Amino acid sequence: MENLVEIKDVNFSYDVRPVLKRINMTVPRGKLVSIMGLSGCGKTTLLRLIGGALRPTSGEVRVAGTLMNDLDQDGLYEMRRKMGMLFQFGALFTDLSVFDNVAFQMREHTDLPEDMIHDLVMMKLNAVGLRGAQHMMPSELSGGMARRVALARVLALDPMLIMYDEPFTGLDPISMGVISELIRQLNVALGATSIIVTHDVQETLKIVDYVYFMSDGAVVTAGTPDEIRSSTAPFVHQFVWGEMDGPLPFHYPGSTYAADLGLGDARA
Amino acid sequence: MPPISAWETRVPERLASGLRGIGHRVVDGIWRLGYASRFFLLTLLRSTTAFRRFGLTVREIYFTGVLSLIIIIVSGLFVGMVLGLQGYETLQKYGSSEAVGTLVALSLTRELGPVVAALLFASRAGSAMTAEIGLMKATEQISAMEMMAVDPIARVIGPRFWGGVISMPLLAAMFSAVGVFGGYLITVVVIGVDAGAFWSQMQSAVDFRQDIMNGVIKSVVFGIAVTAIALFEGYDAPPTAEGVSGATTRTVVTSSLAILGLDFVLTAFMFTGI
Repeated sequence: MENLVEIKDVNFSYDVRPVLKRINMTVPRGKLVSIMGLSGCGKTTLLRLIGGALRPTSGEVRVAGTLMNDLDQDGLYEMRRKMGMLFQFGALFTDLSVFDNVAFQMREHTDLPEDMIHDLVMMKLNAVGLRGAQHMMPSELSGGMARRVALARVLALDPMLIMYDEPFTGLDPISMGVISELIRQLNVALGATSIIVTHDVQETLKIVDYVYFMSDGAVVTAGTPDEIRSSTAPFVHQFVWGEMDGPLPFHYPGSTYAADLGLGDARA
Repeated sequence: MPPISAWETRVPERLASGLRGIGHRVVDGIWRLGYASRFFLLTLLRSTTAFRRFGLTVREIYFTGVLSLIIIIVSGLFVGMVLGLQGYETLQKYGSSEAVGTLVALSLTRELGPVVAALLFASRAGSAMTAEIGLMKATEQISAMEMMAVDPIARVIGPRFWGGVISMPLLAAMFSAVGVFGGYLITVVVIGVDAGAFWSQMQSAVDFRQDIMNGVIKSVVFGIAVTAIALFEGYDAPPTAEGVSGATTRTVVTSSLAILGLDFVLTAFMFTGI
């Protein structure tokens, strides 16, 4: 199967601090792939590299065969018209209504007549179940609704690649279920390719085709959801099942408990 | 020879650390100045959207200009009334109380109109612009726009910049006009200075090019400075609550100092023939 995204030997550093170390990853066209890992392990940075918001220190990031590293602003914007990104909290434009948020890209990038834009926006809002909220302002929406409007906005120009940055953060269980189901359904309906960056393990494993597990800036394991669930790798096991102690210790490294309590040579 | 104390042995280290601190600040300052200049240049280069889709700029003229009208009108009225009172008190000692109209008009068109209106503009519209852009950045709206292949400098910054630049001279003109009216109210209506003398002396003393146009040029320069500072501070604000509040404060302080500094330079060139 053809790969839509190919990441080859990518390293990335902020100043001298390495964030990503020799990442190799592929995302086949039409699939829903998740990148999981602890907060700060480099997941969002990787997403930004794919979107061209950051450039790798070394290595190659290709989307649909195009090397993202070398693109100038025009080239980057040309590629981004074929991509969509759902931000952690939606990032809706607070001065625009729900309708105008979804219509934003259509008005910016196309010369479609306003009545056609109206119909397209209604279709996108209908897909996320929020046709009735078209006149509301972002400040009037709940977290789950805002995420669904943002999803409708992402779909505005039918992107070939959709990136989701922590789409489930701060959502109640019902909203989380709705969003994850929408992500799955829309990926199939649009024939798009999706990358979900998240640490909500159980919700994500229900909907994705493949998972990359990251720790400390490197891919530590990868596999299908079933393979991840049954993994015996200590870190993956601790992460998937939310265990308190494991390779990632409960106690932050420091002096012994006894020493902190002033108990001399008593053992911790 | 007395022994060297522990404090004395650390003097070179402290000196080096102090010098490093100063060096960092200087380098950071220069870097920030360069970044601000680049931002300003990019804003000018990508201004076509602000004119091609003039509706976006008109919207900003409404937010920065029309919504600032109340504070400008009220302040202009009071400044004009104070000028009238002070001017009358001083001029009547020399038997020239009819010249109060000239004093009020020249003070307002040359100095107080552009300067006070710009200071009010910086604190009302400038701070709002910084907070809005800073919050757009903090809530990832700017990043979202970039990911949608929409240039935020062209779409967000450009219309706001030109909206501010167009609004500023109009607000200054409004301030001066209302100020003259405030002076008229106090000196003619309340105190009883002859209305004919008030208006005719003003008309003969105020020169359109020398006084009014120079005042307009000043207000355009102040508009460019305040709007550019406000937008840059918002765009450069760290995406946190503290970052946005700090940027808003810097906008008001830096803009105010820039207005006063530029006023001195412009006055020196315009009115003293330097």
